[in-house]
Amino acid sequence: MLAQLSFRERNLALCAAGLVMLVGLLVTAVGWQDLIAVHGVIAALYTAGIIALLLKHRKAPAPSPERLKEYYDDPTKIGILLCLVWGVFGMAVGDWIAWLMAYPDATFDAAWASFGRIRPVHTTGVIFGFGGNALIATSLHVVQRTSRARLPDQFSPWFVLLGYNLFCLLAVIGYPLGITQSKEYAEPEWYLDIWLVIVWVAYLVLYLRTLARRQEPHIYVANWYYLAFILVVAVLHTVNNLAVPIAVGSTKSYSLFSGVQDAMTQWWYGHNAVAFFLTAGFLGMLYYYLPKCAGRPIYSYRMSIISFWGITFMYMWAGSHHLHYTALPQWVQTLGVGFSVMLIVPSWGSAANALLTLNGAWHRVRDDATLRFMMVAAVFYGLSTFEGSFMAIRPVNSLSHYTDWTVGHVHSGALGWVAFIVFGSIYSLVPWLYKCKGMYSKYLVEIHFWLALSGTLIYLISLWNAGITQGLMWRTYNESGELTYSFLDSMIAMKPYYIARGIGGFLFLTGACLALLNVVMTIKQASRESSRSDASTRAAAVDLPVAGAPQS
Amino acid sequence: MEFGFLVYLSKSWGLFYLLALFIAVLVYALRPANKKRFDEAANSIFDDQDKPCR
Repeated sequence: MLAQLSFRERNLALCAAGLVMLVGLLVTAVGWQDLIAVHGVIAALYTAGIIALLLKHRKAPAPSPERLKEYYDDPTKIGILLCLVWGVFGMAVGDWIAWLMAYPDATFDAAWASFGRIRPVHTTGVIFGFGGNALIATSLHVVQRTSRARLPDQFSPWFVLLGYNLFCLLAVIGYPLGITQSKEYAEPEWYLDIWLVIVWVAYLVLYLRTLARRQEPHIYVANWYYLAFILVVAVLHTVNNLAVPIAVGSTKSYSLFSGVQDAMTQWWYGHNAVAFFLTAGFLGMLYYYLPKCAGRPIYSYRMSIISFWGITFMYMWAGSHHLHYTALPQWVQTLGVGFSVMLIVPSWGSAANALLTLNGAWHRVRDDATLRFMMVAAVFYGLSTFEGSFMAIRPVNSLSHYTDWTVGHVHSGALGWVAFIVFGSIYSLVPWLYKCKGMYSKYLVEIHFWLALSGTLIYLISLWNAGITQGLMWRTYNESGELTYSFLDSMIAMKPYYIARGIGGFLFLTGACLALLNVVMTIKQASRESSRSDASTRAAAVDLPVAGAPQS
Repeated sequence: MEFGFLVYLSKSWGLFYLLALFIAVLVYALRPANKKRFDEAANSIFDDQDKPCR
């Protein structure tokens, strides 16, 4: 794989890895007394591993220029594996903390294993590790195919993928040590935030350069969604993480904002992280892999455009619905309600578009679990966006907020929509990339589908019940005007629901393990078969870019 | 910046800009002249591709 890099790209990669290693060592030296040194050492070790790999292949012969006539899929292949490994890890941690809710003693009396430290490991692991790698891997595949152009170079996709995973790794190791700025979904401290900005700008530039080389007059709509995801996440991340560190050699920083402004900035970020990280990018996946897998063009291309602009312009204003009944001015809350309710239109536009695309191919949905994953994703996308608009309305929010209904809502999106579309896309993408007829075992895909669906439903139904019960118990008064139930009463009432949720999560996790196994076995099988068959006949396949890369 | 000014801005220009944007998007998406390129784009993902998966 590394032998595919030209000599110039190998040297560039060595320089970049060396530079990051140097910064890591410098950070370790300056912050020797601080926890930041742990991060410095890990960054240095991570890059040392990359340098060792590069040095091993340094003397490999120059790659054939023939490679520039094919699409560059190596980063996508590695990205898919990273996505699944992060998925299994993040979901396993998630199920652990789910059982902590029912059995709080399962922290083994260790400070690092307390709920507050482990929960961000779960959220970062699944959102950024699993979701982020899926987005990077698929976006690089989709942009090449829809542009009919190869990636402009072979260095920057690796910089983006490996740099991004360094960010995720450092973040996840930091939380149990207590390194956090306590902003939900933006926990990493200032220096990791700066590193992510560098990686993200490289991602944006790579994407734009590939689009600029396209051989198609029109940019296919999936790319619009991916591009919105990349661009808006860059803006959100930068603004929400504006902070002043207390010293260069310290992990600790203070936000530039304070009080209600800080809260509003955080939830402007937080809600748009859901909108652009967990929605726009995955809609890009939906708009490419679903029609591709169904063998039918998207039902209404016009509707996909209207939905796109609706989502990009309306989501920006919805964040304040996270701060109902707080010090945030009433009119800002109302603004958030208005835009949240309007969002149902573009959201259902996309969900309906996906389902109408499948209309006429229902027999394929019945027979093919891959397509069924995508169909269920579209259904859950419709369900959870309706639920989200509903919960954003102030009186509904007074019942649902601070209860497990919110957690259930997030997981109806994260499991039912995001994870289902990821698994569907991966199951259609892996055989394509490795040029084989199908996955190693279609029965495992089928079992995975039913495990994932039953796990999601058990999870959601238990938390809907839990949330509404909590909300009602917290607002029940007796005749003399006192609260009928103490908080502890509502805790005890939750126990059966929490156990059910732990079981649902376990089913979902088992499915993800099967997905990893299935993908690894498919790759093994493909490499065995390709070593048998003649390589030149495989290269004659038609999956080739019109525009090759410039010689370098 | 005064609060009243922000409210004025959002109730006038903010409203107009979102409405104008909405109309622009509708015109772009529904213009009959664009139909051909949208149909081509929707079908473009099936052109010249290998089909090893399905």
